[in-house]
Amino acid sequence: MNLCEISASQMRELLDAKKVSAQELAKAHLERIHRLDPTVRAFLKVCDEIALKQAGAAQERIMQGETNPLLGIPFALKDNMVTQGIETTCASKILEGWKPPYDSTVALRLAQHGAVLLGKTNLDEFAMGSSTEFSGFFPTRNPWDLARVPGGSSGGSAAAVAAGMAPIAFGSDTGGSVRQPAALCGVVGMKPTYGRVSRFGLIAFSSSLDQIGPFARNVRDAIWAYEASAGVDPNDSTMQDAPYDSQIAHRPAKAPKIGVPEQVMNEKIQPEVRALMQNAIKSLSDAGAVIEQVSLPMIEHGVSTYYIIAPAEASSNLARYDGVRYGLRIEAESASEMMRRVREAGFGKEVKERIIIGTYVLSSGYYDAFYTKAHKARTLMKTQFREMFSRYDALLLPTSPTTAFKIGEFAGDPMALKIADYCTIPANLGGFPAISINAGYSGGLPVGLQLVCDSFCEQTLFSIALLAESVLGAPKMPELVT
Amino acid sequence: MSFTLEDLKTVSNLARLDLSDEELAQMVGNLNKVLESFRGLQQLDLSGIEITAHSVDTHSVWREDEPRNGLSRAEALSAAPASHAGLFLVPRIIE
Repeated sequence: MNLCEISASQMRELLDAKKVSAQELAKAHLERIHRLDPTVRAFLKVCDEIALKQAGAAQERIMQGETNPLLGIPFALKDNMVTQGIETTCASKILEGWKPPYDSTVALRLAQHGAVLLGKTNLDEFAMGSSTEFSGFFPTRNPWDLARVPGGSSGGSAAAVAAGMAPIAFGSDTGGSVRQPAALCGVVGMKPTYGRVSRFGLIAFSSSLDQIGPFARNVRDAIWAYEASAGVDPNDSTMQDAPYDSQIAHRPAKAPKIGVPEQVMNEKIQPEVRALMQNAIKSLSDAGAVIEQVSLPMIEHGVSTYYIIAPAEASSNLARYDGVRYGLRIEAESASEMMRRVREAGFGKEVKERIIIGTYVLSSGYYDAFYTKAHKARTLMKTQFREMFSRYDALLLPTSPTTAFKIGEFAGDPMALKIADYCTIPANLGGFPAISINAGYSGGLPVGLQLVCDSFCEQTLFSIALLAESVLGAPKMPELVT
Repeated sequence: MSFTLEDLKTVSNLARLDLSDEELAQMVGNLNKVLESFRGLQQLDLSGIEITAHSVDTHSVWREDEPRNGLSRAEALSAAPASHAGLFLVPRIIE
């Protein structure tokens, strides 16, 4: 048995039965990272020493009879979640070398659960992108085909889980940045309801859309990871103390009622992806699900709405990078010249473009034409989805319109790449929980199926995902690693 | 609605970005394509629709106004590119 290719749930059994130690698990994963990651490049930083120290502490807790799902389980963290004393860069040159003086709530909670931090994963700079090509350092490669992107922005976390370099990883999802890379890498990726997981210590991109979510190789592991990270935190005042029923979450749903929007089963979606959705719909129906086609016209306006709101919030959030308190500094005669030089040298092209778009749509004279309109469109999107959730337990959509594309394929076409988020953006605009699971393979590349539920209905989402996983079969490992 | 080089210079000044001529030229084209993609949204009938700034209901969070520890001064200054006498040091501000 290869310790890096089993699920976190299987690792748990081995740890509890004392058949393997947390140190052995950590060492096996670190060895695999050092062997595979020079090729995949999922990690910006590997924390060998910290991982072995945390594994030792976890093993002591296990020996004292303690058990909880993530105790001694290795995991990876997207490098936009701050970790005290461990370099956190957001894949940006502007933060290169920065060691945060505090921990994000998610990092802290996982440490309290006894999970073992393997390292910090690559992303599109400041999480702005859908391919991890816009990392300020290097692109990550898809373990299924090294010439292709892993998706993004949490591409490093997705690739790490797909390649068996970590059983669990965390990413952040602003417009699909957990679900889309999960789909393109053939793993499970989940975005909780806005307000379920603390954003304290998540480096802000678009504060009304950002949400932290887990990657895993099966739904059960994703539920464990979600449960360890969720729950109110006084440091994030946008959180909600809504009920969640873990028992329902862990039981596969029986006869759920599911709607499939016609707007995601048209020519915008690759025919091979559509065919796999049809297969999944048939298998789910055979297993007792009631599936009907529905219409959600606002889906068509999701990308435009998102590309006004997200850059607007980003332009404000990224004003803090000014060379004064942390990060890059380039000296100049005056403070304002210093700030200009720092921001010009420190930000990459994609980040600068989004700051410009955001500043423009918020500027006087354009505010109502763009920003106010986008917020009204957001209301319509939410209303249409809520209306569906009064009739259906969940909506089923492809996660990504295509399978993984080639590195550099969309260079020079700013909108082509942004369409990658067509199916995932609505859940962010509405604050709904959503999950992507593997639906099969096309041309040797994974295809993801997405389920979306009403806000704070994570238990329903997980239970339907378990049903879907049981009829679609467990995802495979890419050949690279077998 | 289109985006001119002059607009871009104004906005990049607001955003404190010191874009090179090459970047300016390339960005104008890209930004116009992005603006073009917003056209569908301009045609939506949004009269009488309330705005949504937060996807889920938010409410004010209160706590007792009691002193508690935050970062120490040394911790807050630990990553500062330049500091002096316990303060962040910046170049001349008044020109």
